[in-house]
Amino acid sequence: MTTVLETRNLVKRFGGFAATNDVSLKVEKGARQALIGPNGAGKTTLINLLTGVLEPTAGTVMLEGEDITKLPSHQRVRRGIVRTFQINQLFSELTPLQSLALTVSNQLGISARFWQALGRDERVAARCEALLAQFHLDDVQDQKVALLAYGKRRQLEIATALACAPRVLLLDEPVAGVPEGERQEIFDIVNALPAEVTVLLIEHDMDLVFNFARTVSVLVNGSLFAEGDVKSIANDPRVKSVYLGEGTPHG
Amino acid sequence: MSAAQSIAADRRWRPWELVLLAALVISWFAAGNEHSLLGNEIAIFALFALSLDLILGYAGIISLGHAAFFGVGAYTAALFAKHVMPDPLVGLVVGTAAAALLGALSSVLVMRGSDLARLMITLGVAAILYELANKLEFTGGADGLQGVSMGLLLGRFEFDLYGRTAFAYSLVLLVICLLIARRIVASPFGWSLRAIRDNRLRAAAIGLNVDLRLGAVYTLAAAMAGTAGALLAQTTGFASLDVLDFHRSADVMLMLIIGGTGWLWGGVLGAIGFKLMHSVLSAWTPQYWTFWLGLFLVVLVMVGRDRFFKSWTWWK
Repeated sequence: MTTVLETRNLVKRFGGFAATNDVSLKVEKGARQALIGPNGAGKTTLINLLTGVLEPTAGTVMLEGEDITKLPSHQRVRRGIVRTFQINQLFSELTPLQSLALTVSNQLGISARFWQALGRDERVAARCEALLAQFHLDDVQDQKVALLAYGKRRQLEIATALACAPRVLLLDEPVAGVPEGERQEIFDIVNALPAEVTVLLIEHDMDLVFNFARTVSVLVNGSLFAEGDVKSIANDPRVKSVYLGEGTPHG
Repeated sequence: MSAAQSIAADRRWRPWELVLLAALVISWFAAGNEHSLLGNEIAIFALFALSLDLILGYAGIISLGHAAFFGVGAYTAALFAKHVMPDPLVGLVVGTAAAALLGALSSVLVMRGSDLARLMITLGVAAILYELANKLEFTGGADGLQGVSMGLLLGRFEFDLYGRTAFAYSLVLLVICLLIARRIVASPFGWSLRAIRDNRLRAAAIGLNVDLRLGAVYTLAAAMAGTAGALLAQTTGFASLDVLDFHRSADVMLMLIIGGTGWLWGGVLGAIGFKLMHSVLSAWTPQYWTFWLGLFLVVLVMVGRDRFFKSWTWWK
């Protein structure tokens, strides 16, 4: 197995508070890895550091052995690091179709065209159609995103990320707020991604984590607390105590 | 409707667009000698407002100093005609290029920051240019640049006293810029601007270079504003401090608010509405017409543009 994404001694401080504290994390190519931890453990901050939304105070982020710590987020996307957001981040005045058509155009490298209409390239509509059908958005493809029901917007959130053709997909609580019945479907789509696509999942719901992930990393107070395969983490008494709120060993 | 059909429908010409385009052409014939000067002025303002719509309506960059580019276009065209050559089209290109250059340089300042920061920065840039034009020798200071005589348009048409040539000239440029803008906003680049306006964070997360795109559209809008300014200087034969004045930036914003942002025609309709209101109100009450303008704007914004203009929804 080769390491695709790696952090080395990553630190992010906000004033005196270390949201990410000396995290050295390795994600193998094709991994289905989960990142768990109690509220405020620094999971989203870590994702922001990996995707370039935030700049680390210290440490490095490596993609396939290359230092990308200083790379702006849009260039990381071009290299295949794509994320979803815990709170929907969508283009509210666009329709799902327009959002996806733009995203697909960018993925195809034709989004800088200014003299040719969006969707002129046939590949765009074809790819959009597939994504819209996959995420059950085809019935609302021409409605403004701002007017969509929450569940639909959540689907679009994930669909937009997949439209970027990720090689490393970072899912920040992808099914937060999604009705019970539709959750599994989203995971089925993620599971159906090609084996070489790496998925790092942040999730609160332990059932989902243990169903989906093969390896689990536990983050507590900004530091990596435990790491291992699903079984050992599920049975780790220290992890249990963290989740049951019996105080953390770090105080 | 399939995705392919639906996406193609976005770029298709709608009947009302063709009607409005035809109306623009007809306006030249309808204006006659009597109204061509007013028509010219409206066409220039419409172009100016169109340029603001590109950054405000599409990219979400709020600016209170858009007159900076209008003024640079006007002064450059006037200086060029006076000192280099009087050909209008060459002068127009030079004026446009000068404004585009300033746009590209100052775009760095508006790429980041909040709306408030952008308001202050754009206001500041325009104020600096205003005082430069006031202070410098070659711009004529407070007197402005007088006696700019233009050559024949296309070597054939003289700029007449009634403004027939001027109106035709400005109208053609307005239509060309409208067509260019329409084409651009329908492109992937154009859609990426709306995406950036709606959610900058996500725009970067799908791999768009937000800063570069904002810089590009700011430069484009500056160029079009420069065209409008150059047209004004060329068709009126002078450039004064007025072209850089704060009220220019504010007026053009008002026009866009009246006409609505984000659909290109808002600038055109807003410019017509604003100028007609100005004419009617100031004929009626020359001293206090801004009172009525102000009242209109307050009502417009409080009621909401859509509701205000759709009078059939008032009593529902």
